[in-house]
Amino acid sequence: MTSTLPPVVEPQTTRAITTRGGPRPPRRKPSVGRVIAWIAMIAVIVVTLFPFYWILRTALSSNGAISADPTSLLPTGFSLGGFERVFGLQSTKEALAQGGSGAAINFWQYLLNSVLTATMITVGQVFFSAGAAYAFARLRWPGRDRVFAVFLAGLMVPTIFTLLPNFTLIKSLGLVDTLFGIALPSMLMTPFAVFFLRQFFLGISREVEEAALIDGAGKVRVFFRLILPMASAPIATLAVLTYITAWNDYFWPLMVSYTDSSRVLTVALGVFKSQSPQSGTDWAGLMAATLVAALPMIVLFGVFAKRIVNSIGFSGIK
Amino acid sequence: MATESPVSSPLTTASTRRRSRATDLARAGTTSPRRRPRNDLWLALIFIAPASVGFAVFLAWPTVRGIYLSFTSFNLLTPPVFTGLQNYERLVQDSIFWHSMAVTVEYVLLNIGFQTILALFIAVMMHRLTKSTFVRGIVLAPYLVSNVVAALIWLWILDTQLGIGNEILSAIGVGRIPFLQSDFWGIPTIAFINVWRNVGYTALLIFAGLQALPEQVYEAGRIDGASEWKMFWRITVPLLRPILSLVLIITIIGSFQVFDTVAIATQGGPANATNVVQNYIYNLAFGRFQFGYASAVSVALLIVLSIITIIQYRLSRSGESDLD
Repeated sequence: MTSTLPPVVEPQTTRAITTRGGPRPPRRKPSVGRVIAWIAMIAVIVVTLFPFYWILRTALSSNGAISADPTSLLPTGFSLGGFERVFGLQSTKEALAQGGSGAAINFWQYLLNSVLTATMITVGQVFFSAGAAYAFARLRWPGRDRVFAVFLAGLMVPTIFTLLPNFTLIKSLGLVDTLFGIALPSMLMTPFAVFFLRQFFLGISREVEEAALIDGAGKVRVFFRLILPMASAPIATLAVLTYITAWNDYFWPLMVSYTDSSRVLTVALGVFKSQSPQSGTDWAGLMAATLVAALPMIVLFGVFAKRIVNSIGFSGIK
Repeated sequence: MATESPVSSPLTTASTRRRSRATDLARAGTTSPRRRPRNDLWLALIFIAPASVGFAVFLAWPTVRGIYLSFTSFNLLTPPVFTGLQNYERLVQDSIFWHSMAVTVEYVLLNIGFQTILALFIAVMMHRLTKSTFVRGIVLAPYLVSNVVAALIWLWILDTQLGIGNEILSAIGVGRIPFLQSDFWGIPTIAFINVWRNVGYTALLIFAGLQALPEQVYEAGRIDGASEWKMFWRITVPLLRPILSLVLIITIIGSFQVFDTVAIATQGGPANATNVVQNYIYNLAFGRFQFGYASAVSVALLIVLSIITIIQYRLSRSGESDLD
């Protein structure tokens, strides 16, 4: 590990030091450069956000109207048919008539599956990683730092390399096509989570902990009653990030699930897309499905936006 | 730190208060702490047990097994059969494999090239124009949805017949481009989709680095009359080097593993034009049940990634941060 640590991320406090006594500099007109920069920024924001709106617009349109008028900015041929197909509320005849594929779709099931796997993974990963992080940060035992180095080495292995062997393992455990099989490999820890929490635990002031220990509390109690509550902020952040990652996972759940019983939203979307009817893709239905799949994460993001945005940084990552 | 029993932490009870008085007296006199064991070994083992099991079973062992399987022929139904270097001999002569490596490299270059430049640009703009969390949140939004969602929406927007992207192109006279059905445009389009999804995250990483740069350097620059543009090149970029190299390592490693977008948008087509390595591995394993060979290709990818990481690490060490 290199010895040059990037500076710890501080909340925005660096401001130019202004002198109090002297005359204020005259307010300049915004420079050309600044205007151009703002225009560019707005362009970036538009390109970023437009696709989200477009999903909504298409989901609320009907396939026939879309073919006739592909560029209308508002939903054309306004209809909730797309959503009806997604939730299996349309008869096959209706679905075919509106350009759908007529195949049975089970989105409530997929939604539930996604929630269950993401929750299992998040709760397990965060809790067990916190325990390990505490052991690495605050407990004293021989070989501690060497074992931690081994854990860190795990960060080096590209995730994708372990997928195939993990599949054979899950298969021999008889857990193929189960939600537990999907959750298990990431449920116990990831090197990142252990690293992330250990960094934080290292920074917790020792005095409070020492006080509790001197007063007779065991280290287990210190962990549950003192350390965890103090670390609730980074733990919550880690939990949100883990949940999002688990929810959006595609490759691994694709491998493990064969039937609807263990299918999660991302995989279901792929299946939906591949069930395109001969007459042409059911764009309204597909976009409705996409919206349903993306919405929970968008809501989660809305609620935790500040926390998520501020968590992206480098606090001592080297 | 001396503790008085009456002033206690929330964890004490009456009995421990009495005991701690005795402890204080004992510790005052002796140097060997008999109450608090120095070695937390047993406790530590309990704390790291689940994580260690996870590490050993789902990370360490699969890595070893993956390498082992690459020397076997394995169709999942019968146990693996050791075949020595056969898979690797086949690999070297496999034109599809080399083509998929080339496709993947093309993808990584386009993806990382555009993503890093754009992210740097966005980060600097956010840094100079507005520090609001709201704008940062907007920029990050595409990162929140899955690759599948991103692939589907752009599949729709760039659809040749009905997509609004092509409608605009034909309206301005450029003509329709079959973005995801053409072997020329396939990879660049996939690269673009992933840039759209990831640039916000990368930009925020760089932004965090920018925030940590000291203002004084810019003050000095402004006093000396340097323009924004000059300050960017002479001050910002050099100081950002360690951050940029870390961002590059992370994004390049991730970029090589692209799968989701390809699987949804093009399935490797048309005619292998977008058949990235991971897609080839998947088809070998789950389409043709050639797990052994698929493992060999995975090992090849692992080797490539390791080499790239080493090269990058060496390159980045040769330029330590100018702040120290």
